[in-house]
Formats: sequence, C-alpha cells, structure tokens
Amino acid sequence: MSTTHDASPPAPTVRITIDGQLLEVEAGKTVLEVAEQVGIRIPRLCYHPDLSLAGACRVCLVELEGTGQFIASCANKVWEGMAVRTNSPEIRQARRDIVELLLDNHPLDCQTCERSGRCELQELAYSLGVRERLFAGARKHFPLDARSVSVVREPDKCILCGRCVRVCAEVQGVNNLGQHGRGFSTLVSPAHGRAMDDSVCIQCGQCVAVCPTAAFLEKSDTDRVWAALADPAKHVVVQVAPAIRATIGEGFGHAPGEDHTHKMVAALRRLGFAAVFDTDFGADLTVVEESLELIRRLEAGGPFPLLTSCSPGWISYLEKFAPELIPLASTCRSPMSMTSVLLKTWYAQSKGLDPRQVFVVAVMPCVAKKFEAARPEHRLPEGDPYTDAVLTTREAIWMLKSYGIDYWNLPLLDFSTLQDDFDSPFGETTGAGAIFGTTGGVLEAALRTAAAKLAGPGEEVPLEFHQVRAVDGLREAEVALGGRTLRVAVANGLRNAARLFDELAAGKVYHLIEVMACPGGCVGGGGQPYPPPGMHVLDPELLRLRAGALYQVDRGKPRRRAHESPGLRRLYDEFLGEPGGSLAHTLLHTSYAPRGPRGIR
Amino acid sequence: MENPVRAAHAALVAAASARRASREAGTTVRIQVGSATCENAAGAEAVLDEFLKHIRATGRTDIRIHRVGCTGRCSREPIVGVLRPGELPVKYEQVDRDRAHRIFTEHLLGGTPCHDLLLDHRPASATTPLPRTAAPLPQLELVFCAAPRCQEGIGPQLRDRCVQLLGEAGIPESRVRVAEASCYGLCAEEEVGRGVHLLIRPAHRVYRITSAAELEEVFRAEVLAGVALPRLAVDERPVGEGFVELYGDVAFFNRQSRVALRNSGVLDPESLDEYLLDGEGFVALAEVLAHQDPEAVIRTLAAAKLRGRGGGGYPTGQKWADARRQPGTPKYILCNADEGDPGAFMDRSMLEGDPFSVIEGMILGGYAIGAARGFFYVRAEYPLAIRRIDGALRAARDAGLLGPDILGSGFSFDLEIRLGAGAFVCGEETALIHSIEGQRGQPRVRPPYPTESGLWSQPTVINNVETFANVPVVLRHGAAWFARLGTPKSGGTKVFALAGKVRHTGLVEVPMGTTLREVVMEIGGGVPGGRALKAIQTGGPAGGCIPAAYLDTPVDFDSLLQLGSIMGSGGMIVLDEDDCLVDIARYFMAFSRDESCGKCTPCREGTTRMLEILERIVAGEARPDDLERLERLAWLVKKSSLCGLGRAAPNPVLSTLKYFRAECEAHVHEKRCPARRCKALLTYTVIPDRCVGCTACARNCPVHCISGRPKQPHVIDPAACIRCGRCVEVCRFDAIARG
Repeated sequence: MSTTHDASPPAPTVRITIDGQLLEVEAGKTVLEVAEQVGIRIPRLCYHPDLSLAGACRVCLVELEGTGQFIASCANKVWEGMAVRTNSPEIRQARRDIVELLLDNHPLDCQTCERSGRCELQELAYSLGVRERLFAGARKHFPLDARSVSVVREPDKCILCGRCVRVCAEVQGVNNLGQHGRGFSTLVSPAHGRAMDDSVCIQCGQCVAVCPTAAFLEKSDTDRVWAALADPAKHVVVQVAPAIRATIGEGFGHAPGEDHTHKMVAALRRLGFAAVFDTDFGADLTVVEESLELIRRLEAGGPFPLLTSCSPGWISYLEKFAPELIPLASTCRSPMSMTSVLLKTWYAQSKGLDPRQVFVVAVMPCVAKKFEAARPEHRLPEGDPYTDAVLTTREAIWMLKSYGIDYWNLPLLDFSTLQDDFDSPFGETTGAGAIFGTTGGVLEAALRTAAAKLAGPGEEVPLEFHQVRAVDGLREAEVALGGRTLRVAVANGLRNAARLFDELAAGKVYHLIEVMACPGGCVGGGGQPYPPPGMHVLDPELLRLRAGALYQVDRGKPRRRAHESPGLRRLYDEFLGEPGGSLAHTLLHTSYAPRGPRGIR
Repeated sequence: MENPVRAAHAALVAAASARRASREAGTTVRIQVGSATCENAAGAEAVLDEFLKHIRATGRTDIRIHRVGCTGRCSREPIVGVLRPGELPVKYEQVDRDRAHRIFTEHLLGGTPCHDLLLDHRPASATTPLPRTAAPLPQLELVFCAAPRCQEGIGPQLRDRCVQLLGEAGIPESRVRVAEASCYGLCAEEEVGRGVHLLIRPAHRVYRITSAAELEEVFRAEVLAGVALPRLAVDERPVGEGFVELYGDVAFFNRQSRVALRNSGVLDPESLDEYLLDGEGFVALAEVLAHQDPEAVIRTLAAAKLRGRGGGGYPTGQKWADARRQPGTPKYILCNADEGDPGAFMDRSMLEGDPFSVIEGMILGGYAIGAARGFFYVRAEYPLAIRRIDGALRAARDAGLLGPDILGSGFSFDLEIRLGAGAFVCGEETALIHSIEGQRGQPRVRPPYPTESGLWSQPTVINNVETFANVPVVLRHGAAWFARLGTPKSGGTKVFALAGKVRHTGLVEVPMGTTLREVVMEIGGGVPGGRALKAIQTGGPAGGCIPAAYLDTPVDFDSLLQLGSIMGSGGMIVLDEDDCLVDIARYFMAFSRDESCGKCTPCREGTTRMLEILERIVAGEARPDDLERLERLAWLVKKSSLCGLGRAAPNPVLSTLKYFRAECEAHVHEKRCPARRCKALLTYTVIPDRCVGCTACARNCPVHCISGRPKQPHVIDPAACIRCGRCVEVCRFDAIARG
C-alpha cells in the first residue's frame, strides 16, 4: 500500500471497486461507511460511529484486491482506484478465526447469560460461521466486581473492544475505565482495580449500554421485586419514569418511537403491582418547585445559573468532578424520589398503611437511579429507603417476558378487570412531566411554568420552546420571559456539560442550565433497551424517534403546564401546603456534598 | 567575512582545546578504561579504581585515566588500553584488579607488555592461560583498506607486495605488521579499483597508493626511514579513524565499518570537549546552521539513502520531508531509545558511548523539519544511558548547542528525556507517542502517520538512536560517500548484536549488503566446537530463522524480508545443530505473547494460542493437525494485527515452518526432537553392552530412577525419568543413549 501525502485538496469523489462493483463515492469516507451505503454491512465489533476510532477488534477486515493485504475497513479511507473484497474466502476465514479467538477467551455460558440473544459477540459468532473451536485453550480469570449498587463488572466476559473506555472518557469525560495489564490478561477496570462505587464512576451506565457482551451490566433488582410481589404483607406499588413508555415496546420487537403508555400500565398491573403510578407526577412537582427556585433567584438576582438536578448520573458528576458548582444546583429531589417520598407519606397515610409496608418499585431508564435510591439522603428517618427497588427498562421488560405476558400478540393488553390507565392521584399528569424523558424537556417544562408565572397581565404566554428541543449534545438559547431575557443552556453527555462549565468559569452568564448525564437525556439512558437491529447505542436517529413518542404524549395531554395539574393542586391543598413551603422543603428537597473516591480529597 | 555560526563553533573548539591543554599538561601516558553498563557489569569500575590507586601510590603525574564507552566486544570486557606516545596502542581484555596490577607494574612501569592478556590474542577455545613472554610488540602497523571496492582493483596485489617487501628487508612480523581494515570511505567514485588507501600507525598518516612503485616509495619512507612522504599522503581522514587507530589490529574489529559507533569506545562519552576536539563534534551542525538551508539537510539524507535503523527501513530523508511539509506547528523530534529486543544493545552502547552524536543528529532533525523541541524516549532499564544523555544535554545547553539561538544562528531547539516503563510495545512509534503523552502505551491505527499527526497530534519525526547517530556523519562526509558504503537501495552501515553459537559475540557494524557469511563466519569467527551452523535468527523476536543455506545473502532490509525475516533493530543470533528450531520459535513466541499490548484481537489472543500449540509440540502432546492450526493462526496474526509487533510476531514460526518443516513434523508425528533439545521428547536408555555397572548413574540420578546391581548393566525407568541428563554427564563409558 502506498501512502500518498498529496498536498492538493482532495477531490470530492473517488472511484473504488467493492466486490467487483465500480462505484463513485464521496472522498474522505471509510471503506466501512462506503460499503454500508451500497448495502454491504461489514461485520464489526469495536467500531462505534459516535466514538473515536479504535481499530482493535480487526473483525471488519477487508482484502485489498491484488495485494492479498488485509486492512481494517473502519480505519481506512477510500482512495482513488482502491479495490477491495469484503467476502473473499481468505477474509471470511480470517474474520471467523478472529471471532473464534474472542470466543476462546470468553466463558461459554451463553444460555445462562443475561445478554443471551442480544449479544453482539454471539450474533457475530453465528453469522460468521464459528461452528467448531479450532484454537481453544486457557482462559483468563478475573474476579467479578459486583460491589456497586448500580454497575456490575464481569471482566471474564470482556472482549476488550474498548467501547466502555471510550464512552466513559469521550462522552462522559469521567475517564473512570481504563485497560490495565497487558496482552492476554488485559483488564478493563477503574484505576488500581477499585470497586466501581469506590472509583470516580458516576453510575450512568453508558458502559453497560455500549458493551457488546455482558461484561458490564446493571446490578439486577428483579429478585427483590419478585420476592416483594409474592409477599402478602407488602403493598407493592410501581412508578414508571417518563421515558419508559417510549422505549418499552422495543423490548418486545416494536419499532422505536411508539407510545406504549397503556400497554405498559396494563402489563405492569398484570405483574401484580397494587398500583401503577406515573413518575410524570413527580416530574410535574419538580417543575413547580424548581421554577419557584428560579423565580426566587431571579428576584434575588442570583446565584446563577440554576442547575437542574433530575439526573442522578449528573448529580454524581457534580459531587465528584465539579463540587464548586454544588451551591448552584437545584435542591429538588429527582421526580422518582419525590414520587417515592409521597408514596411513603401522603399515599401511605391516605391508604392507612404503615410506610414500611409500602414497597416502592421504580422503573427507570437509568442505572444511576439505583445509586440514587440507596443514598442516605433518600431514606425515611428510620433508615428505610423511599425507593425500595429500581428496575431498568431492560429489567422490567425481562420481568414481563419472564411472567409470560403476551405483549407482542395482543394489540392492546385488555385483561378485562385491569384498567390500563395510571392510578390516581399519581396518574393525573401534564405534558410537562412527559417531556422530562428527553433532552431539553426539563428546561422546557420549567420555562412553561416560569413563563406563566412571570407573564404580565394580558401578555401572551408561550407554551412550546422549540429552541431547546432535539439538542445534539449542547445548546444555548435566549428566552424572553415576562420582559426578561433568560440565557439558558442544555447539555447531555457530561463532556458537553463540562464545556459549559468551562464557559461559566470564564465568566459567561447563564440563568438556567439543564444537564442530563446520558446522551439524548433519559431516552438514551444507560438502562434502556439495547438498540434494535440496524441501530446503535447513542444513535441520534434512535434518540430522535424515542423523543418523538414523548412529544406525542405531551401534545395529547389536556394540560401541558405542570402547575396546572389538578393532582398537584390536590397534593398541595391536602398535604404539602404552599409550594416551596416548609413541608415541601423537607420532603421534596435534598442536599449534595463533595464526594471524592476513596483516597481523594 | 567569517560566518558567525562557524566562528561560534570555532570558539567552542578553541576553548575545549585550551581546557584540554591545561588539564592534560604533563601527561603523556593514557590508560583507557571502558565504561558502560556492560563494562561495569564485568568489573570495569573496580579496574578503574585499581588504576587510580596505583597512580596515586606511585605518584606518577604523567599517567592519566581516560574513560571511554564500550566497543561492543562483550565477552572480552572489561577492556583496557594503554597508549604511550609513539607506540601502537595496546589493549587488554577481561581485566580485573589483579590484571590491572600486572598491567600497571609490568607494562606501564616496567615497559613490557603483558602478552598473555592482550585483547583477542588468545583463541576463544583456549582454556589455559597463554605463556608470559617478554617479546616487544610491533612498533609499526600498515593497515590497508579492505573495502570491496579496494579489493576489486589492485588492492590485494599491493598488499601482497607489501608483505613481500617486509620479507625482502628482513623485517619480522613481530616488528612491523601488515593488517587490513574495513572501508575507510575515502575513494571517490572515479578512483574505485585504481588504488588503495593505506594507514600508517601509530604515525596516523594515510596514503593513496595506485602502483607498486608508489608502494615501494612509501615503504622506504615510512618503514625503512621512519619519515613521512607528503607527496602521496592524503589529508582526508578515514571515518572512524579514532576507532581504527585504537582497535584496527583486532580481527573482530578490523572487518567492521564503524560509522554509527565511530566514537564508542574511543571518546569519553561524558566529555563535550572530546566530542568537539576528536569526534568532529557539531561540525555538521555548524555547517548546516551556517548555510541556513534546512531543505539541503533533507536532500542530503535522501541522496545518502539513509533508511530508518529501527527496523522499518523507511527512508529518513522522505520522513523528514513529510514532516517538514506539514503546515502545523509546533513540530517534534523524537528519539526512539526504547530498545527492547532480547539481546539487543546497539542503542545502549551508542547512548552510553557517544550521546553527543545522537543529540547532534536530533538537533539537525529539528532544524530540518522546523521543530523547536524534542524528546529522548529511553527505557528506564538503561540508567547509565539516561545519566549520560542527561549530562550531555546539560553540557550542550551550557555550551549554547541546545536551547535558544544555537551557535548564534537564530535557531532554537531543546531536548528532554522521557522514560519508558518496560513495555516492549512502546518501541512502536504510535505507542511511544501515547506513552510520552501519558496515555497507555498502545499503538493506534496508521495512517495518519506521526509525520502528519504525532505527539499531541502535531507533526512528529521519530527515528531510532542509530539513525540519528548516522546523521552528523552523513552531513559531514556527504551523501555520496555514505551511499557508496551500502547497497544501491540502502546507504551506510548497520550495527548488529551478534550472539549465540558464535566464537566472537558483540556489536558488529558492517556496510549494508555485507553477507551473513562475512558477519557470522569472518567477523564472528564461526560456530565454536566444530558444530555445524544451522540457522541465523535476525531481527529479534519478530524476525525469522534463516537456514545456513542462505549464508551468502547480503544483509539489507529487502533481502532479509524476502527470506521471511527482518532486519529489525539488528539482533543476530547464531544457531547450531544442537538448537531445536521449534523450541527457538516457542521461545520467541513466548516473548511476543508476554509483550503483546492487548489491544487487537489477533495479537492478544492469537499469540497465546500459537504459544499453546508450540508448547504442546515441544511437550510431545501435539495433535496431528497442530502444524496446520499453527500455520493458519500465524498467517492470521501476521495479516490482520494492528501494529508491527503483531504483524511480525509470527515470523519465527513461519520461517521455521518454511525452512525446517521436517523438524517440526518429527516433533508432531514422531514425537521426536532431531536436535535432542526438547526434554519431553527425549528418552534415556542404558546401552547394556557398554554399561560396566559402575553405579555412577544410579548414584547421581536425582529421582533414583536407575536401578541395577554393581557390575551389572543398569536400567532406566522411563516413567520416573525426568530427562535431566545427569546420567549422561556422569557416565564415563558412553553407555547412556539419548534419543
């Protein structure tokens, strides 16, 4: 292969031959991308279009025609006159052998593996035709790290594709994971082999999402939920986060972007929950409390900006990486925690139940919510957590499948006696709560309420704030509210948030910043279903479709501003008193503290 | 008008000269002691100490100690030279405190050299010490240039004639010696074959002789009359003159062309003054800076056909031009001194013996590509090299040869040291860059090449130590001279670390294109003990085994590649009939497996599986199709790995499968090791007809698996035997068969 160092500007197109087919393609693209455009999906493993190039797995090899050389198609850009074969016998054998080499150092426990059937390695081994083991030998053995309440690391299943390392560094800017040791016994772990919770891990779960195998998984809570459901002494209720209705269908083969609110509610009810509540209610409540914080700060002239606090991964990041910003963060508990608090107080009282009898399960798109639920700040005075168990979307899907609920075949789950609407009072929600599940949603919801509160008499109150929607990582905007101009910003993916904080440190003024740890917000959460065929984790198209379902829910709601919720009005009237009042403050707000990993600070 | 840069350089030289004059005033005798990691390990520090004590005790002020780097003559270290004015230098080998005492008392005080301690005067096979004699050493040496070009023409005739003249004059060889040395690099293209260059030692004069008549004229003047003959003398000095001057009489050295190693073992590596005065130090740099033409540097290197000595053989001029062309700034120069091949120590020897040459090469590189900063990446296992580089950098900085406005030229450049932490893969350029950046030392996909996006994503040139060491010589002596030294595609010399089953081990620097035979048989002295040469392993753990049949292959990048091996950084291990090639392949595969960084699948997993198969084979547990399996994996790893380490790791296996297939098959199918090396495949049996029942074997067997009554033939229990071979060693009747 000759490498040309031509200084002249590249031609817009080049002619190349792929498998004998002459093509004129855009210059600057890789062989893998070009092949995809003509319908050849070259097998790949470490490659991820939204992460940096690794070129490590070597599965995507193609043959340079005439030379017999193999090149990694993900790493090589097309050049004029290039001719490659994607399926020569030699390439097919090489790919098969490479995947076999990965399998040879991988536990062969597919049948009992959490990712069975949804594993990229399994899929590759099958599609590339690994039917016998030619090179099997010794395997690596590392201890399982299940000490975290959120993320389980099983290095024996790791195939060292490095996606987790890259997502942790490049998307989240956390740099918690790295490769240690070398060669055959290379290990991905936090520095010095520390447990995940002892490290700078923020529990966002993006490593779980991008992992092609089961080397990273959420810590499963399904057993505890089954046990609670089977316990007649327990009053088991479930709350469902805004983003779940937009993604749960994917777990059963439905296309992304469908709203499954009713099917989901009915299915969960079938599972045996005494009541199915909507976390949107907590989201509406968050909006009311948070917009009040904003208004108070606007009246007091600061401090700015107000940082949203719904995303527990972001809160961990705040405490570990940006503790100097803690005074700026909203003290509102997350919607999940607000809902759980009310379930163990107001709801328990109204039902005449001992709070300890109530077992609160939260279905969340999020791995970090497991960490949040376990935090001491979110416990009853006696020490019991407000949220007893957090299930990721994936775990909830698995439970429904495990139960045998025929989610796919039935157009609507209609179990005659089961109603498919959320239970009251936590079922009466507005569109503002619904859009919490996507990037920009929290900000828009807060702006809707703040706009209404700040509007002068006779002024037209804006409802939709499109300038903060579909944020691709980072967006700044100016919003006119009641004669003021607010400078707001949205960041998803903490690397993007860190960029905003750099701006802050440089003296730039913002009034309100929404931060979501996961790309795309909760629809891209670390606990969401593995992407359907043809899509990938972090896929902007997938995130767009999922968000679309939430905006559809929003549009369908009779009330779209949080403070207009009749449920909330009842809550304040019957129980909390004034928004921002003393009981509201005790129950709905929390505090943060700098939190270095052990040995730091 | 004098160019200010040249003037600044001249001032440095003048100052150095003045310092030397005052420092060495009154000293006439010099004791040269090698000082490098290897020399020190062999005891050079104790020797140095002993000489110092003797000088102090005798109160002699005319004797001074001269510390020099190492010559790469490993098995004979520590080496000590005694230089007395007007006499040929005398070198001693394997000097210890006792020998130092003898050298001091007998030679320096008594005037009689210690013949029995002379360097390389004792055959390697000799086990008894040489007799002590009081005969004087030769006083005059006529050293003919023995380059192939000189040999083509009338050179050999003139040399023979010279021997004849000595005979006719009745001068014994013990007084005047005729010797040959490798290419002096003095003849212009048009003179090739028409003459020969002759060096007269210790007078230090070079003659160009084109006829027998001229030879006789020189002979009469120099040998008979002891005077110079200015008419035929030439002013040019041979490259590596200092080296030839010191070591030209030693067979191991005088067939070598010391270019990169020209100052190693000659100059004090810690003295900038010596480099300036005796090593043409910074002359090339001053000339280049005086001309203010960076492009010219690149043109010269390209014309010299200097190719990267780290193993890849990429044309250095091309690489520098690539980096120069890049618009981005800053740019960086990196020196790859992460020498990691087992048994390779060329870079260490150069850094410990001549750090200034490498530094000068790097400054020239910085000037050529437009860099202001560079880094030495040295493995931390080389503490002495690190110390010497550090000292050299400070000295150069103090002298205005590094830092802002070098020699008043307006060009600013500085160097720093970064230490490698022991990973072999960090010798790979992109891994090295990651390591300097503080990242995990793992390679990345190329392109982009470092010249485009290297250290901190800036244009970066990475060259090996030896490449940089060559740069000042190329610029000083010209592209044509350097190119002539080598082959049409590759100019200059290459340093090899010769090891294994060969009489003389150590560093060998020969012109590119020298045959393996010359290196191994002539310089290395062939295989000792009358054993047959089996193969030569070149290029370190990523190289291949070249069978003895290819002994006449010229050593250069392309020829070795064609044979399925590589030049690598210059490892050369000689294997004889007692070596099992399968076991050698297993050894190198174990190294590659251990040093695989773990990034790409084929190298990480494939080398492990290949090693498992090789271990099965040497353990006698091979499956019938293991060779096919091994070959399939080897090609996979070679063709699909990410970096050079993985792509080359299968070479030892593939070359063994190619050239020594029968040996491999004997292991697999017959469970037999033809070289009788693989322990698990050996069986020990007593030959009853020969066994006299002396019981020696039974008594010495560590596992007591030999039984038999005294005076009766004994029997070995094969199930209990651990195949240690002790019985064979102790049997005085050759009654135990190993097969």
